Amino acid sequence: MTTPLIELRDIEKHFGAVIALAGVSLSVHPGECHCLLGDNGAGKSTFIKTMSGVHSPTKGSILVDGAETSFASTRDAIDAGIATVYQDLAMIPLMSVTRNFWMGREPKKRVGPFNFIDFGTANQVTMDEMAKMGIRLREPNQAVGTLSGGERQTVAIARAVHFGAKVLILDEPTSALGVRQTSNVLATIDKVRKKGIGVVFISHNVRHAMAVGDRFTVLNRGQTLGTAKRGEISPEELQELMAGGQELAELEGSLGGTV
Amino acid sequence: MTADKAEPALEKDERVKEISGFRKAMIRPELGSICGTILVFVFFLLVARDSGMFSAEGALNWGVVSAQFAIIAVGACLLMIAGEFDLSVGSMIGFSGIVIALMSVTWGFPMWVAIITAFVVAVGIGWLNGYLVIRTGLPSFIVTLAFLYILRGLTIFAAIATTNKTIIGGIRDRVEGDWLAALFGGKILKGLFVWLADAGLIGKFVAGSRAGQPIVDGVPMLIVWAIVLIIFAHLLLTRTQFGNWIYAAGGDAQAARYTGVPVERVKILMFMFTAFCATVFATCQVMEFGSAAADRGLLKEFEAIISVVIGGALLTGGYGSVIGAALGALIFGVVQQGLFFAGVESSLFRVFLGGILLLAVILNTYIRRIITGER
Repeated sequence: MTTPLIELRDIEKHFGAVIALAGVSLSVHPGECHCLLGDNGAGKSTFIKTMSGVHSPTKGSILVDGAETSFASTRDAIDAGIATVYQDLAMIPLMSVTRNFWMGREPKKRVGPFNFIDFGTANQVTMDEMAKMGIRLREPNQAVGTLSGGERQTVAIARAVHFGAKVLILDEPTSALGVRQTSNVLATIDKVRKKGIGVVFISHNVRHAMAVGDRFTVLNRGQTLGTAKRGEISPEELQELMAGGQELAELEGSLGGTV
Repeated sequence: MTADKAEPALEKDERVKEISGFRKAMIRPELGSICGTILVFVFFLLVARDSGMFSAEGALNWGVVSAQFAIIAVGACLLMIAGEFDLSVGSMIGFSGIVIALMSVTWGFPMWVAIITAFVVAVGIGWLNGYLVIRTGLPSFIVTLAFLYILRGLTIFAAIATTNKTIIGGIRDRVEGDWLAALFGGKILKGLFVWLADAGLIGKFVAGSRAGQPIVDGVPMLIVWAIVLIIFAHLLLTRTQFGNWIYAAGGDAQAARYTGVPVERVKILMFMFTAFCATVFATCQVMEFGSAAADRGLLKEFEAIISVVIGGALLTGGYGSVIGAALGALIFGVVQQGLFFAGVESSLFRVFLGGILLLAVILNTYIRRIITGER
């Protein structure tokens, strides 16, 4: 087995008296899609925020390429190649696709004493990268607000990949999307994985996870319930782990197995 | 999973209608203000053409007034795009003016020291405005409203306490030969205007002590400042990385932070820039009038905001145009002075302005929806 791109060991995070994470471990290998599953309140968000440098863990260690590190800010995590795509906050809708794509890393062109954005390059690269992901933009100046939810996620993913992300964390990228958009995003995840990038796919939808996942980790009440490889676990078992067992079994009885 | 309407992303091409070149050229944030400007000029060309409004002298008259509005609108525009307001602009104008007058006339410092002090103090207050907004997380509306009162009160107090007056005159004597004052109070291109007058293109005084000199003898520095600030802010906003961050800070501060944009720094710098613009306005005005008064700049903050909104900016931030704001200022200046030339009762100024504001904003909202896909 190769060295994981990123490994988190026994992460604990306390907010005052609340223990949000009580020992969570997870590793991501190159070209792997690791699904992080869990119901609302299981600690998924806290965990990925720890991974992306928003929170620093109370206990536990983070290893990037086998070396122990700590992230003081999101900038540190980004510099280490860990990119996070948040569901609602991926893009700024009022701004153009190009402006969003290059946000924070604008290519510059020197004119006399002034540094201007090199819009020629920026637009060209944006169009090319979007075409690679299978989205044909009308023009790079199009506002992101005119794109569909799935397209916005794809722009955010394309951006992360273009800027050399080694690990891509996707926070519930499919939860607000329709069927067609969801399959587009899942197809994009597959493309990204084939480039050798490690993907962490957060979801509470077992079907979406099963479609692309190589490994599955289930979080429940701030703890890891274990990691399983593809083929070792059935969707039903995953569903049960997520909901914590018994209650769902009862529910499922009354709903006739539709959940 | 929401298994409702499936939206084909890849086949979007065939579902999007081709947009004609003309429509594309028309759909821009400044369209409302461009239409407003055309409307206003056509109106006054019809109503007041013979009144001298469009002679060199008349144009200078409304040009100066428009430039005044433009200087503060540029600052307000960038700040509003960054997602914040500054209601203390008007009070800042009065405050900076009094600082200059107190320093130079009352306390006898050289004029350039007085001007620099005013800029340093005002930009410092701009920083404080921004810092408080960022630190407390309060709406900038509230924080700067507090400074509207604090600064106005301090200005009047300072003037009364030191000189027993609210108007401090005698600036003219202190300006003579001062290098920095010339940057705010002088005129440029005097030679050109003499030449134009000699060529018969603009009028000359026929009698009095200035007989033979052109009626318009140069471009006031106020107009130069307005043009320089407009060009600077426009390039900064549309062509630079920092401009991209201004849009981002106002468009969605949290999303901007996640991509590594220093949102706090951007916003505080914009508060400082707004204060800088207010001080430019104040300094030019003090030089022009030869005095400073504690009640100067009253209601200027709203006039700046109206210009910006006519120019197509979104009140909630993230969207707008400096060129639009400048045209908004031009509309403001032309209407205010034009009604005077047209011999219309000047109280109608506000009616006219309110009407244009409403029309421009309705048009702007419509255009913005097309551009940004807002629902």
